[in-house]
Amino acid sequence: MTAPLLTVDDLRVTFPTRTGEIQAVRGVSFTLGKERLGIVGESGSGKSQTGRAIMGLTPGHARITASKLEFDGIDLLKVTPKQRRDLRGKRIGMILQDPKYSLNPVMTIGKQIIETLLAHEKISRSEARDRALKMLEQVQIRDPERVFGLYPNEVSGGMGQRVMIAMMLICGPELLIADEPTSALDVTVQLDVLSILDKLVAERGMGLVFISHDLRLVSSFCDRVIVMYAGRIVEELPSADLAQAKHPYTQGLLNCLPTIGTDRHPLPVLERKVEWSA
Amino acid sequence: MTGIMTEKTALSVRDMIVTFDEYVALDHVSVDVATGESFGIVGESGSGKSTLLRAVAGLNRFDSGALAVDGRSYSSGRRDKEFYRTVQMVFQDPYGSLHPRQTVDRLLLEPLVIHGFDDIDVRIARALDEVGLGAGFRFRYSHQLSGGQRQRIAIARALILEPKILLLDEPTSALDASIQAEILNLLEQARKDRNLTFVMVSHDLGVISHMCERVAVMKSGKIVETVPVEALEKREFSADYTRQLLVASEGFRRG
Repeated sequence: MTAPLLTVDDLRVTFPTRTGEIQAVRGVSFTLGKERLGIVGESGSGKSQTGRAIMGLTPGHARITASKLEFDGIDLLKVTPKQRRDLRGKRIGMILQDPKYSLNPVMTIGKQIIETLLAHEKISRSEARDRALKMLEQVQIRDPERVFGLYPNEVSGGMGQRVMIAMMLICGPELLIADEPTSALDVTVQLDVLSILDKLVAERGMGLVFISHDLRLVSSFCDRVIVMYAGRIVEELPSADLAQAKHPYTQGLLNCLPTIGTDRHPLPVLERKVEWSA
Repeated sequence: MTGIMTEKTALSVRDMIVTFDEYVALDHVSVDVATGESFGIVGESGSGKSTLLRAVAGLNRFDSGALAVDGRSYSSGRRDKEFYRTVQMVFQDPYGSLHPRQTVDRLLLEPLVIHGFDDIDVRIARALDEVGLGAGFRFRYSHQLSGGQRQRIAIARALILEPKILLLDEPTSALDASIQAEILNLLEQARKDRNLTFVMVSHDLGVISHMCERVAVMKSGKIVETVPVEALEKREFSADYTRQLLVASEGFRRG
């Protein structure tokens, strides 16, 4: 087996607050190859902070420590801001939750996509434009020429998220971090966006970290799932074995979802145990 | 439909039309909800499901159509106090629906004062108890509460007036799955205890089928069809759009 694309070992993210330090991530370890890894947990479980630490988007006042945080042999804890910028967008991409907030509202869609390209590659404007249009086509936008000139407020949420995917994939990253990429979208649109993402990730052989609170969705999309609780990994298992989850938290998360065709009144509720977060 | 009409009707909407400038948000929508029934509305964003709820609650005007609640008919304009005592609403976002500068006590006090209730102190304490929050929460501000706790306060505020009809606009879609189960259980318990009528809007068919007896599927301002929730399970529905929603609710499938 070749060296993994991403190695995270004992990652900790600490935020100083007025009432003392809060550890949002407390000793998370995993490795990632060219596969789809899901990270699941509730709000506050540290799943997003894990993704942000890899991307280098942790707020300045927070402290990151890890015995190892490596991307393709590069120590992410020691990189200079310049090296970081070269990685971000070029080799590591990140899709955020809501296209309403993550796209620049005063810049046309085409310009934003081209900006990514020009920041990382020495190519002419016309070539950049051609590639941006081709990328828009790949995320199944029917009329790329028209969408190219639109502002983000002129497109729907689903289309905005496809634009976001296009922007992140245009430089051909090796690792993609998707933080709740479909939570802000309608259920019917969610599946379209996911299948586009799925197809592109498979074609390009990327590593994918898929962060979500939706255990069902993650397990149907990813090869492997990490379940986080209170900043720690409580369970890691292949998606196919989700039904055999051992940790009571994972089981609880699965059980508390109402489904069509089951009659459970009242719904089973998660009972949190102190020892889970110990 | 036919069986419902003979029972006592809690809420009846006839040919309701709501337009925003040129845009038709509700297009001849008719709904009947029996007393004690739990009625679900599903559809994607922009389908008009929230507009329908807001028009019933009096938060939107409606251009034409008839609205009857608990045997009394109401126009599009101002409603009397009696209406707001009968009908209460719980909103989607617990972060936006509570006043940020009022304590929980103040939030619960206001509706009681407006409607001239007595025993205010006892009622507030009881309301907090009912939603599973102790007296310790009474003098907190909403920013000191988690999302689930805020939604409990919003439910307490709605229930404190002892309404007959509760309008629920995506009450759990901003919450984690584990918290969602707690809130759904709380709502069910309240409905059982008080014989409430629910009208619940959600985009999640799982939630609707758990909570409701009948469901209306909306698209582009129209009701596509109304079916009992058992029909979802047995796939006994006719609209293609319902099938699409059902497929989407089952999660991602490769290929």
